[in-house]
Amino acid sequence: MLEIKNLQVQVEQKPILQGLDLTVNAGEVHAIMGPNGSGKSTLAQVLAGRDNYEVTGGSVEYLGKDLLALAPEIRAREGVFLAFQYPVEIPGVSNVYLLKAALNNVRKHRGLQELDAFEFMKLMKEKMKLMEMKQELLYRSVNEGFSGGEKKRNEILQMAMLEPKLAVLDETDSGLDIDALQIVAKGINALRSPERSIIMVTHYQRLLDYVVPDFVHVLSKGKIIKSGGKELALELEERGYGWLEPGADANKAASAGARATA
Amino acid sequence: MTEAGPITDAASTTAAQLDDFLENEYQHGFVTHVETDTVPRGLTEDTIRLISAKKNEPPFMLEWRLKAFRHWLTMSEPKWSAVKHPAIDYQDIIYYSAPKSMKNGPKSLDEVDPELLRTYEKLGVPLKEREMLAGVAVDAVFDSVSVGTTFKDKLGELGIIFGSFSDAVRDHPELVQKYLGSVVPPADNFYAALNSAVFTDGSFCYIPPGVRCPMELSTYFRINAKDTGQFERTLIIADEGAYVSYLEGCTAPVRDENQLHAAVVELVALDNAQIKYSTVQNWYPGDKDGNGGIYNFVTKRGDCRGKKSHISWTQVETGAAITWKYPSCILRGDDSIGEFHSVALTNNYQQADTGSKMIHIGKNTRSTIVSKGISAKRGQQSYRGLVKIMKSAEGARNYTQCDSLLLGDQCGAHTFPYIEVKNPSARVEHEASTSRIGEDQLFYCMQRGISAEDAVSMIVNGFCKEVFKELPMEFAVEAQALLSVSLEGCVG
Repeated sequence: MLEIKNLQVQVEQKPILQGLDLTVNAGEVHAIMGPNGSGKSTLAQVLAGRDNYEVTGGSVEYLGKDLLALAPEIRAREGVFLAFQYPVEIPGVSNVYLLKAALNNVRKHRGLQELDAFEFMKLMKEKMKLMEMKQELLYRSVNEGFSGGEKKRNEILQMAMLEPKLAVLDETDSGLDIDALQIVAKGINALRSPERSIIMVTHYQRLLDYVVPDFVHVLSKGKIIKSGGKELALELEERGYGWLEPGADANKAASAGARATA
Repeated sequence: MTEAGPITDAASTTAAQLDDFLENEYQHGFVTHVETDTVPRGLTEDTIRLISAKKNEPPFMLEWRLKAFRHWLTMSEPKWSAVKHPAIDYQDIIYYSAPKSMKNGPKSLDEVDPELLRTYEKLGVPLKEREMLAGVAVDAVFDSVSVGTTFKDKLGELGIIFGSFSDAVRDHPELVQKYLGSVVPPADNFYAALNSAVFTDGSFCYIPPGVRCPMELSTYFRINAKDTGQFERTLIIADEGAYVSYLEGCTAPVRDENQLHAAVVELVALDNAQIKYSTVQNWYPGDKDGNGGIYNFVTKRGDCRGKKSHISWTQVETGAAITWKYPSCILRGDDSIGEFHSVALTNNYQQADTGSKMIHIGKNTRSTIVSKGISAKRGQQSYRGLVKIMKSAEGARNYTQCDSLLLGDQCGAHTFPYIEVKNPSARVEHEASTSRIGEDQLFYCMQRGISAEDAVSMIVNGFCKEVFKELPMEFAVEAQALLSVSLEGCVG
């Protein structure tokens, strides 16, 4: 599904990803964890095609195509979905309008007929029920005045509607209370399938209790420094990230020494 | 040229050329080839006599025109607006041009030159009976004359007079004499005076007391002839308790020279009457380097003359090289209401100086101004508005909201609100905002599979929603489409 090789990315001349390798097969759920500033969100943005991220080396192959050569909207139509960490507000554009335009663009690209209003609403209602969302949110402007939880649920709703092949969830769990977290997790689990891959970028282990990953990777300074099964997340929860940092102990000692001489 | 054209042309079309093509695309830029009856260039009293004679006008009309002309000679162009353009040579303009076929005055649309009918068909405004737009009566004005009016008889059964201004001058001189110039006096401003002297055609509409006009009335203005100015005059009167919704549309061919459109529109609403006036203005805006385009210098004013009368202006201005217009309301009657809802878009080198004036005279008068300005590329835009509460306007209220949306970093938006309050019981509110289409918003839409252009038009339409909802349904759809076309090529 996705093959990332030696990916190097910089933002405003500052290297963020420094040789990242990752292979995701169809049907797998991968969690990417790591401390702040390790490059987790950068990875998500680069996969989605955001400007301002300069790829300086490496390659990303998605379903046999060079993903980095595709425009963001083409990536989306080819089945790449990003659930945003901070979903954007668009005043005056209703949620339902955006979703309909999005879905029909994606369907057209896949050679499917556009849905008519009736079919669309039927599908919409079904997915809203899954996400336990109030009907009125459909007619409100995109994310405008939504609570933090509603915004995140809205992201997963969009994902459920668009049925991507590769979903990248960027800190979808942040800012959620436990009830909202469970609903979001239910939505994600409902979308797990042998044809779909999911990459969850997260800071905490919390989400992984509900959406159990097949693989867990630890990202640090723009590289994956450790990979393992779901039990790695639990270990991280217990021990933090520090023990994994290359030469962590030596660094600590050195900085302590520096402080002593100052 | 031979039959076999160079086949390499298509292959060498690069993406850049495609972009240029998109940017230049103005969908109504074609020219209709008809023989015309045209007066010589320039403006003298003789020109005016000639125009008046061509229209078989009664003597009072000629006198009125000449008086306006003599006054115009003493005036100079207004200098206070923010628009810039090379000097206009008023002696280099053709003041009257009409298709020759219209000379003998076709009795009905069946007798109108098919070439003219085809023109309107191409513009999406079919005039022939079996194809007419249901629920909309159309008066079609081509350069200096009205080509025809649909549903005229059906409206006549209700006592509604709707047709060309020229017909009204001949058939209903008493109404014309009573109301013409009563809202915008001939000496009001430079362009209004010029219009009063040389106006050629436009629409006239009278709704008798207590009648609710059952369909939308509309006028479609088309400038076709080269070097010709269009001087439209429209007068709408809603008698006591009457209601009418009127709309106008405007287009012109693509030409390298600038052309002048100086219109005057007067609305009169008597006791309990309501007039809704909507404009979808899509004059040729000039090319992407700022060559050509229509100068749209327009005076529009409504008089809420009666108690509880109500006038609302809704405008979508996407065309014209320069727009200079301030649709206004004089709130004379007690409890009368004035509204102004505007979307103005300036792309490439377009300039717009537009806004509204609300003059509160009567007690408990209320007014609302909602202005949405969108600037792209090098487009420049100013909102200029006046809210004036006179001493007599006890309990008057105004709410003004001006929002500007910027695309790119070379465009400009400016706001000039003037507020004069002479009655302490008045309440006046003004809100303004300026925002830029966010990269975040664009990227969000694109990540959902929507192209950048569609995303921009979606975001812009969202921004304009408050205004579009004031338009009659069919036109709201048209306005949205128009906005998308006008924005083509301004991203990516």
